[in-house]
Amino acid sequence: MSTKGIVKGIISNLVIVEVDGPVSQNEICYILSKEARLMAEVIKVVGPQAYVQVFESTRGLKVGFEVEFSDHMLEVQLGPGLLSRNLDGLQNDLDKMEGVFLRSGEYTSPLNTEQLWDFKPLAKAGDKVQAADWLGETQENLQPHKIMVPFVLEGLYTVKSIVEKGSYTLKDTIAVLLDVQGNEIPVTMVQRWPVKKALKAYKEKPRPFRLLETGVRIIDIANPIVEGGTGFIPGPFGTGKTVLQHAISKQAEADIVIMAACGERANEVVEIFTEFPELEDPHTGRKLMERTIIVANTSNMPVAAREASVYTAMTIAEYYRSMGLKVLLMADSTSRWAQALREMSNRLEELPGQDAFPMDLSAIIAGFYGRAGYVILNNGQTGSITFIGTVSPAGGNLKEPVTEGTKKAARCFFALEQARADSKRYPAINPIESYSKYIEYPEFEEYIQKTVSDEWIPMVNEMKTLLQRGKEVQEQINILGDDGVPLDYHITYWKSEVIDFVILQQDAFDKIDALCPIERQQYMLKKVMGITRLDFGFDNFTEIMDYFKKVINILRQMNYSEFESDKFKEFEKQLEELLKERITQKNQG
Amino acid sequence: MATKAFQKIYTKITQITKATCSLKAANVGNEELATVDGNLAQVVKIIGDEVTLQVFGGTEGLRTNAEVVFMGKAPSLRVGDQLSGRFFNAFGDPIDGGPVPEGNEVEIGGPSVNPVRRKQPSELIATGIAGIDLNNTLVSGQKIPFFADPDQPYNQVMANVALRAKTDKIILGGMGLTNDDYLYFKNIFSNAGVLDHIISFVNTTENPPVERLLIPDMALTAAEYFAVEKNEKVLVLLTDMTLYADALSIVSNRMDQIPSKDSMPGSLYSDLAKIYEKAVQFPDGGSITIIAVTTLSGGDITHAIPDNTGYITEGQLFLRRDTDVGKVIVDPFRSLSRLKQLVIGKKTREDHPQLMNAAVRLFADAANAKTKLENGFDLSDYDERCLDFAKEYSSQILAIDVNIDTTEMLDTTWKILAAHFRVEELNIKQDLVNKYMPKVS
Repeated sequence: MSTKGIVKGIISNLVIVEVDGPVSQNEICYILSKEARLMAEVIKVVGPQAYVQVFESTRGLKVGFEVEFSDHMLEVQLGPGLLSRNLDGLQNDLDKMEGVFLRSGEYTSPLNTEQLWDFKPLAKAGDKVQAADWLGETQENLQPHKIMVPFVLEGLYTVKSIVEKGSYTLKDTIAVLLDVQGNEIPVTMVQRWPVKKALKAYKEKPRPFRLLETGVRIIDIANPIVEGGTGFIPGPFGTGKTVLQHAISKQAEADIVIMAACGERANEVVEIFTEFPELEDPHTGRKLMERTIIVANTSNMPVAAREASVYTAMTIAEYYRSMGLKVLLMADSTSRWAQALREMSNRLEELPGQDAFPMDLSAIIAGFYGRAGYVILNNGQTGSITFIGTVSPAGGNLKEPVTEGTKKAARCFFALEQARADSKRYPAINPIESYSKYIEYPEFEEYIQKTVSDEWIPMVNEMKTLLQRGKEVQEQINILGDDGVPLDYHITYWKSEVIDFVILQQDAFDKIDALCPIERQQYMLKKVMGITRLDFGFDNFTEIMDYFKKVINILRQMNYSEFESDKFKEFEKQLEELLKERITQKNQG
Repeated sequence: MATKAFQKIYTKITQITKATCSLKAANVGNEELATVDGNLAQVVKIIGDEVTLQVFGGTEGLRTNAEVVFMGKAPSLRVGDQLSGRFFNAFGDPIDGGPVPEGNEVEIGGPSVNPVRRKQPSELIATGIAGIDLNNTLVSGQKIPFFADPDQPYNQVMANVALRAKTDKIILGGMGLTNDDYLYFKNIFSNAGVLDHIISFVNTTENPPVERLLIPDMALTAAEYFAVEKNEKVLVLLTDMTLYADALSIVSNRMDQIPSKDSMPGSLYSDLAKIYEKAVQFPDGGSITIIAVTTLSGGDITHAIPDNTGYITEGQLFLRRDTDVGKVIVDPFRSLSRLKQLVIGKKTREDHPQLMNAAVRLFADAANAKTKLENGFDLSDYDERCLDFAKEYSSQILAIDVNIDTTEMLDTTWKILAAHFRVEELNIKQDLVNKYMPKVS
């Protein structure tokens, strides 16, 4: 008999329920109103009263309504058919919902139980298996999708039987496992997992080291992120957080991309819905939507479900990681998630921490970021979840609890800056304040030497030094005036501007410039750094400015042209001639 | 509001605060409307048999034995074609002396649109103001506020935009409007002869502040009727959202909630998002576009109200007085329309995106040159040219009194650029330069 209860109080979406039996923290329950069953989650228990947060509007709810408890936490269904889905924060399939408006209490399954899937066994009878071991394989959007031993099973099991190669639905038993006592456990292609628990069915979690190519120069070159790495993008509104996130999700070299639109604008999600089915994955040539799952809980959707949405997305990511895939998870924006926590904590009348956020905010953030990572599975294969979250700091002030909490948890910091955005230097990532801790990993350096080139990291460091120097010189020019500094200073400043305009800035809306493969990045970086090493001769500072503007202009035209096309080479020739005009004897010797 | 038969009348209020009162009552729904001594109130909290009501008009003079009657429904509006041309208060009651319009009663603040049923906005809204159309192009289904200090002419610009935009309906939601501004809107709309396209929900400074909490939902419920049922393009004007947020903080304070930044309730983001996210392009052609006003205090956009708004809306428009040309301009640096990428260069000429960026970047260079000048440094030839360019650009393009079509805006910008700069200073794709840049002899 599951526990039942009666509504005793309503404060916005917090409902107090008097229960007649045991309940557990985070247990899911349903409030039975006249029209609908409203899903809710237990977030506090005081004596016989359970405080539940309702995932829907509580308008019209009355004291005395019945409540049914479900005996489980918030779970997601995991199985083939999740790719290309548009889900809400509770994993309902938005496309299956009828009508233009969302109706409260309408829940739809993300999976299709009628569809046939081609199943090919990978394990055989007699095999010893444990949670997350691969039993078989099916094809989802032409990608292999592993069918695994249910994650909830603990200990060792023996495969008693497994079905032959063939077509099965999600309802069919595809294998029977035996536990140590000899009990039979039937397994289907679907399993469930509570979203708030990290899925840890892997052997180990080493330090990540493989570059995750994003095609965004300022990230790949200056602040690289790795497969299984974590990063965050804080920035005031209007600095291009979302454009940058979309660019990464379109271009990154990942097998699966999960976008969690958490409390953000609906039109931005619509942009993904509209564009992704049309756009091609630059790495496979197939449609982007085929590798994408969208978890959309826009800002006008119920707040409690917003909190759940990031966990839903993370759990789905963990599921695909267990198949040995490279998963990229993007959450926009984690601040909205933190605000949802704040609203609830406030209604529970907890003592507030800074800015009225709950006291354990930074622990919650760290716990969440900790679920990402590069793992070695039990069978020796590897998988990864790369997680990039955006943060929307209140007032653009980075000293607020969400930014500070995230800074402790994430390893890459892509600081979007108002000043750069104002002068239309996009992506507006501040090249000096941003960092990637992965650059310091010896494993990473070794990997880059092997896969890109030996010169790469020294060249990147040289570039960063010059940018820093350029900034210092600019400050001096601002204080002392153009005439107040030696011509060399102007040259240094303009060399750093060449790097800024040609390498750091990138036009996300230009078909060619938007995506810059690592090979092209390397070519351009070499070209630009080559220019910065040259010695030039000038008579006055206006000459310097005019000259370098021409250099920048040609290099940018190269960025806009197809790599190594005739046009590209034509501009390159122009550049060589322009350089000859001004380089001094020193270089030719 | 007459009492219907068989309705239970309660007469024992147990607690009164400045904005709320509590009493013991049974079978009451959350967010249900009630009348307290004839004044409208709404259920905001139920604990056991104790119900707390938010009294919109305030609780001054409320007696503990006042009559409380629950109405069994959330706040609602009768929607229908008869709304057109009419003026209403925050409760949806006519204030223009006309009859009560007929129509279906719909609860306000209804459910959200399923994001997968939305269509991507793609229709440009032309305003003739180049600072908007060229640099911050508006798109139907967009939500965008003016961030303005109280002394700036935002209501005038907003009225101009509303009148020039080709929409089927304009719905004005006035919160804490001064009586003068209310009459201004009324006059300008009737002078333009468009009164029958306009519906107004008005709460003036003379009405109780808590009432304004209903205004946006009233306006948007009417908007949804025309956009969904009639497939019309609806433009909703909300002024001033700062006063709306102030009313929210009054209520949350009375409810003993812990305030977060700037004494605003912790739920401010969600509260504002619920309103702004009603902006939508429906698949059948109807759309709701929201242009709002958020007044700032001394231009401070880090205050919780503009800050949260900025994260919700699709851009913002800033007005500022350019003393060099003596005109009010749309500030190209701080203004932004996030949806412009959907139309510029697609619904407008191909050179639009690059030309716009080049001009704004050079305008920024002019600002730097000006700083240099003010700090007493010599200006280079380039600086001088930037400053000359900025003056022309400001008065011919950015000023709010400009009224030309988009192609003319582009041509004018090219003309000004060509007069002051060389090709390599523009950083524009060569093909576009060849095609559109006028030759200067």
